[in-house]
Amino acid sequence: MQGQHIVPVRIYVTVFAALIALAALTTGLAYVHMGIWNTVVALAIAIAKMLLVALFFMHMRYDKGLTRVVIIAGLMWLTIMIVLTASDEFTRHWSPIPSNWGPAISMQQKQ
Amino acid sequence: MSETAATNVHAGVLEEQFESLQTQHEARKLGMWIFLATEVMFFGGVFTCYTLYREMYLPGFEQGSHLLEVTWGALNTGVLILSSLTMALAVRSAQVGLRKLITIGLLLMTMLLGVAFLAIKFILEWHHDYVEHLVPGINFSYTGPYSAHVQLFFCFYFFLTGLHALHLIIGIGILAVLCVMAWRGRFSPQYYSSLEVAGLYWHFVDIIWIFLFPLLYLIGGR
Repeated sequence: MQGQHIVPVRIYVTVFAALIALAALTTGLAYVHMGIWNTVVALAIAIAKMLLVALFFMHMRYDKGLTRVVIIAGLMWLTIMIVLTASDEFTRHWSPIPSNWGPAISMQQKQ
Repeated sequence: MSETAATNVHAGVLEEQFESLQTQHEARKLGMWIFLATEVMFFGGVFTCYTLYREMYLPGFEQGSHLLEVTWGALNTGVLILSSLTMALAVRSAQVGLRKLITIGLLLMTMLLGVAFLAIKFILEWHHDYVEHLVPGINFSYTGPYSAHVQLFFCFYFFLTGLHALHLIIGIGILAVLCVMAWRGRFSPQYYSSLEVAGLYWHFVDIIWIFLFPLLYLIGGR
């Protein structure tokens, strides 16, 4: 079929090797105590692996406009859901509840 | 409709609303990507929930995470990545017109790796959790500190890994159908969109696990 990119086997195998290496790396790094960075590093490696799979195995690298728009839209919706929910939830304790609002039931007390 | 298109419609490979095999191929891929975008939101909802509760009950969630066996999770990550490679090679084998037995062999290998993943998940991990009395709603009896929060962690654990396993089982079923189609000689370098589209789904399920593994087993350190 015209216009369909054929990816060389060499690239598939290289991507596979990179994915295995990243999986080993993220597993190993979990045992190194880095505080908050454990989470950051684990998620960064997961995103790198996702990109490798999507770009090469799923041929996103060779896809044209419309497909890319759908993929990016999907990720945008996900970002909106997570960021907006988290920005509410994680900032509630930033400002005190004014005393004239009556007895406050804060998140901490509910737990 | 061009003469080639008419021949293709007649041969049963081109649906008549499409101008050419290439447009049909692009349309099918786009359809799968739109479905995958909805799947991102489907899993994303649970991921968001998990993030919030993990933040609220961090000690309990870390304790729960430490009750999981990293070795099995890591092994399963390798199994799924390898299955993605064989899947990609199966699509490629049809794309470049290799013999149908090669395509079938690669598809069977992908299915086998999928089954291996499920075996590790169910027979080793879930069974172990059951024996350890860690299954909420069935026999959860963990008594350490934060036990209620550990229980919530295990609800997420079984819900997420269960949903993922369900997707994998569906994927294995799809690959079985593709094996039959390949056996009947349905695929060629001109016509392999079913393989391509199933490949997209299979790799997506792999990506979900790529996130589940660190979220459930690793983040926060061991």
